[in-house]
Amino acid sequence: MITMLYAVLFYIATILLVVGVARRIWTYWNTPQPLKIVLTPAPTTRRGVVLRMVREVVLFETLFKSNKWIWLFGWMFHFGLLLVLLRHLRYFTQPIWWWVSLLQPIGIYAGFVMFAGLVGLLIRRIVVNRVRYISAPSDYLMLLLLLGIGFSGLMMKFVAHPDVVAIKAFFIGLMRFDIHPLPTDLPVLVHLGLVVTLMIIFPISKLMHAPGIFFAPSRTMVDNPREKRYVPASAKGQ
Amino acid sequence: MVELAIDNKISRTSVEDPLAPPCMTPGAMAGSKPYMAAPEHNIKLGFPGELPDDWKEKAIARMGYLAETNRAFKVYLDTCMKCGACTDKCHYYMGSGDPKNMPVARQDLLRGVYRRYFTFAGKYFPKLVGAVDLTKEVLDDWYSYYHQCSECRRCAVFCPIGIDTAEITMAARDILDHVGIGQKYSNEIIGKVMDVGNNLGLNPKALKATMADLEEDIEDETGVAVRIPVDEKGADILLITPSADFFAEPHIDGLIGYAKVFHEAGVSWTVSSYASEAANFGMFIGSEENMAVLCKRIQKAAIELGVKRIIFGECGHAWRVAYNFLNTLGGPFDFLDQDYPIPQHILEFTWGELQKGTLNIDKSRNDEYRLTYHDSCNVARASRMGDEPGGQFEIPRNVLKAVTNNYFEMPEGTTKEQTLCCGGGGGLLTDDLMDIRKKGASPRMHALKQVEEDHGVTHMVAICAICKTQFAKMMPEFGFERDSILSVHQLVSNALIMEGQVDEDDDEDDDMDDVPAMSGAPATGGSL
Repeated sequence: MITMLYAVLFYIATILLVVGVARRIWTYWNTPQPLKIVLTPAPTTRRGVVLRMVREVVLFETLFKSNKWIWLFGWMFHFGLLLVLLRHLRYFTQPIWWWVSLLQPIGIYAGFVMFAGLVGLLIRRIVVNRVRYISAPSDYLMLLLLLGIGFSGLMMKFVAHPDVVAIKAFFIGLMRFDIHPLPTDLPVLVHLGLVVTLMIIFPISKLMHAPGIFFAPSRTMVDNPREKRYVPASAKGQ
Repeated sequence: MVELAIDNKISRTSVEDPLAPPCMTPGAMAGSKPYMAAPEHNIKLGFPGELPDDWKEKAIARMGYLAETNRAFKVYLDTCMKCGACTDKCHYYMGSGDPKNMPVARQDLLRGVYRRYFTFAGKYFPKLVGAVDLTKEVLDDWYSYYHQCSECRRCAVFCPIGIDTAEITMAARDILDHVGIGQKYSNEIIGKVMDVGNNLGLNPKALKATMADLEEDIEDETGVAVRIPVDEKGADILLITPSADFFAEPHIDGLIGYAKVFHEAGVSWTVSSYASEAANFGMFIGSEENMAVLCKRIQKAAIELGVKRIIFGECGHAWRVAYNFLNTLGGPFDFLDQDYPIPQHILEFTWGELQKGTLNIDKSRNDEYRLTYHDSCNVARASRMGDEPGGQFEIPRNVLKAVTNNYFEMPEGTTKEQTLCCGGGGGLLTDDLMDIRKKGASPRMHALKQVEEDHGVTHMVAICAICKTQFAKMMPEFGFERDSILSVHQLVSNALIMEGQVDEDDDEDDDMDDVPAMSGAPATGGSL
């Protein structure tokens, strides 16, 4: 019963996540940008813009310039999460890709780094009066949701030890439309329940900053309005 | 405690840290509101004269229209993750402590409404995501706080995902205009450009007479017949400069500088009485339509005068419009000489002449000044000069260093891309907003205090008409002389020895220090 519930939830959540994010990206892509609004100094070539974006996404360059604490916690969280997600590929691949196996030991510590980053962000949100002022309930809940996912995950790794082979069979089964029973340990159900929640709210929340950063005209446009006349109609996807 | 370690790039004791975060005081600036435009001024710009009965529907419809037609607006409203990186970066927040002047909080005034009517979460769980109904109170808040933003983009420099509050401010003002709530200062001035050709309402006859007087003054002073041609067909260069350059101090000394440089470079040039304004307040109110009307005037003037090049004088937002938008909204400019940048900045021209060696410069003629340079926000963060990114910082400094001996930088974190706004940009340069102007100017003034103390700096130089007017007003408020703000081209003018120049024995004539027009009614007084 629980297995069926979670299976259905995961199917629904996956569809909502993929369709929701795709629709948003489609909308951003198709919304014209009427004028050149490059934030300068900026690269004067498309290649330069891409390089700048890579630095931005990998190093959080701007955030480093703005505020060292948010940078530190934010970077810890995001890169912890990235490694954790990559490590989780082992539950979806058979045989496990070699580089995913390599990540195994790092991926576990990354879980702690991610958790610590989230705690830092939450403390900052509560302690710094400026950030507290701009926070809505959803801003705290989002952090708590991620903390819950991290905490339940770490619990399974280091305390509860559920049957990971069965969990993997469940997910591989999901991908092949062949449902296998899901272990019903509490940490597993909590962890997966929270993940489903996150997947569902992703496209309708501020988590859309992840794809959104690639559509912020101030950073994605090339600084060349004198060299090349900017005509908005032809600027779709710019 | 978390704060201290990070926010203070400059730790000093004697002078106040220009970037120090203020004590947060909710509601401190709630009463700050500019005068509203009269109905006829709104109607002239294509907006309803006053608040219609169905204002709420109209406002929401306009918001929806912007979300569909303006990617920046849509993406910026959707993607802010409330990280707080921008919260201590706005000069109006630093100066006032009002939390609604924190960039993200300013955006949220509009974002809350957007969420309520255009997002799933806001429609069904408004409390959870901070979504709010559009009410008259919200509209009032918009009018107040979106006129406490100078659209200077300093916050955008620090946003990890590239959100630019200026775009939100422009959109908010546009929505307000669409329900008949216009700002007197900006809307009146735009109308004046449409009628007369410039912000000041200076008609062609008066303009020609003023320029003729100026030619006489230059000749009296130097013995050289430097021309300031108006409406001269067949000239090579059309100079578009802020109309403040035609009469206000220190702007006019800059204009004299351009004229001398053109004279020495041996080029033919003219100003146009039809397009006698570089400023484009259409940008301030976020109205592409009105911005386009003013841009088209420049194209028309260029065609009618048969010029080959367009050069812009010292003006901040005007250079943003010229550099980024003119080609889109006022173009194409395929009839101009394509070998020159379209448009070109006067500093690019002067720097080119300095490099070529056509100007005979005696730096010591500026030795009475110890100078620092204020990067104007729109030039720094919304444009470029020269071919390389950052040329907008280097070229003005290069020119300054080429014509003066005593140059000093203000503290890091207050210059170049992180420059502090003068506090009067974005349509705030009006007497009815004097309080917020002063608060917004204070970080820059504290930075100036530091270099005054460290290096004995006596004067600050700027290349924006709004900066110049604002600082002329602010300097005395912070213990500086009113005339301690200068134009770059004023210094070029001082140092330049033209061919055949015979210096008149200069007895200090103090009448130049009087600036009658600048303290007058907002419509003329600081119209940039």
